[in-house]
Amino acid sequence: MSPRRIAVVGASAAGLAAAEALRRFGWTGTLTLVGDEPHPPYDRPPLSKQLLQGAWQPDKLHLRAADQLDALGLDLRLGTRATGLDTATRTLTLDSGERLACDGVIVATGVAARTLPEAAGLDGVHTLRTLEDALALKERLSGTGHRLVVIGNGVLGCEAAAVARELGHEVALVGREALPMARTVGTQIGELLAAEHHERGVRLHTAAVDGFEADGDGPARRVTAVRTADGTRLPADTVLVAIGSEPAVGWLHGDPALDTTDGLRCDAYCAAAPGVYAAGDVARWQHPVHGRDLRVEHRMNATEQGMAAARNLLAELAESLEGDEALAPAAGRERRPFTPVPYFWSDQYGLKIQAYGVLGGADRSEATVVDPDSRKAVALYGRDGRATGVLAIGLPPRQVRGLRALIATPVPWEEAREGLRNALA
Amino acid sequence: MNITLDADKCCAAGQCVLVAPEVFDQRDEDGIVVLLDAAPPADQHDAVREAAAICPAAVIKVDE
Repeated sequence: MSPRRIAVVGASAAGLAAAEALRRFGWTGTLTLVGDEPHPPYDRPPLSKQLLQGAWQPDKLHLRAADQLDALGLDLRLGTRATGLDTATRTLTLDSGERLACDGVIVATGVAARTLPEAAGLDGVHTLRTLEDALALKERLSGTGHRLVVIGNGVLGCEAAAVARELGHEVALVGREALPMARTVGTQIGELLAAEHHERGVRLHTAAVDGFEADGDGPARRVTAVRTADGTRLPADTVLVAIGSEPAVGWLHGDPALDTTDGLRCDAYCAAAPGVYAAGDVARWQHPVHGRDLRVEHRMNATEQGMAAARNLLAELAESLEGDEALAPAAGRERRPFTPVPYFWSDQYGLKIQAYGVLGGADRSEATVVDPDSRKAVALYGRDGRATGVLAIGLPPRQVRGLRALIATPVPWEEAREGLRNALA
Repeated sequence: MNITLDADKCCAAGQCVLVAPEVFDQRDEDGIVVLLDAAPPADQHDAVREAAAICPAAVIKVDE
């Protein structure tokens, strides 16, 4: 009989958290961690901040030291892509053709950067998702006086624009949304961010991108400008396409048991099929408290959901593997719905933006600008009469933690407003 | 148990303070993590392991 095996597909934050949790919660069988990049698990949020800025070298991005990874006793497959999963037999196929029989699988393949078809083969046009992406953009922006056009004014585009501006480059930020990060944070906070970027010298444009202008031929074809649908020509020697991402579910399409519409669909326990769980950016699960499907592309969620998926997978396996030496006995092992209070942060210039709960899909939001000069602000987000999320810029940590408590579960809107007033008093 | 921090990597999420408030705190001015007890008593160990595991910037290292 083949040894007991759990495979975690995806070796970034969610996959690593799942692997660590599997060991912590008692899995002693084979633990395969598959990552398509050649690097040991590294952290992505600093790519658009400290790494791009030049403040950190790549080795600082490692999520765990070598001895910590060794201690997990992994069957580590880096530079390896999973190409298929048969959920009926729990068989994972790798790009080498190897087929792995698994007792359980955790899917943590994340997302891939979306790009524009016109960008193909054009020198100077970048995306920013992987370490290689970030190093290439950093190299491109070495020296001073570059003209960078950032396409997409979401979180990533805004962060990269801020860093590039601080490095002394000319920066234009183009988005279809009228205000930076408005789809995430709403109009009022978006206006505040727009003011900050404007004051720092970033040119803001609201427009769809029509295409690129370039000179040279073949592989030497270099971008020279971005054209927008309103007829504007934005000169550029470097372009960052930051228009969001696509869940990496293409490799799962072969299995009819899986729903891969906007991520891998899971139940409240993060289970996509018996013995198959998902975590991190790729997972769309039913949040029981919010009563709807969520897919959260935040760093914090990757870790929390990796741990939750690991716990629930082991709880499921405990029933079939009772007494098996691959799974150490553990008290109180039971499946629990995954009910996090989502958290995200963003750093732009000196601003630290932090948010708890669910901001997306809000039907109302209300911002309080505490101090316009220092851009100190708080905002509440709600849906169907309840407050579901809160955001803070420039607030002291104690107050920020208090805001989390305020919306840890959705509360009536007026109650949350009252709580917010008290928190600021 | 011995805890070390790479506070330079801290993103000020404050998750460690929520999980283990007797071991971690945050600086008032910027929210950067502060270690209150580098060798906490046994009743804190689970909380510290949890804090290290969920830290979104991988700041906390625990040697046991």
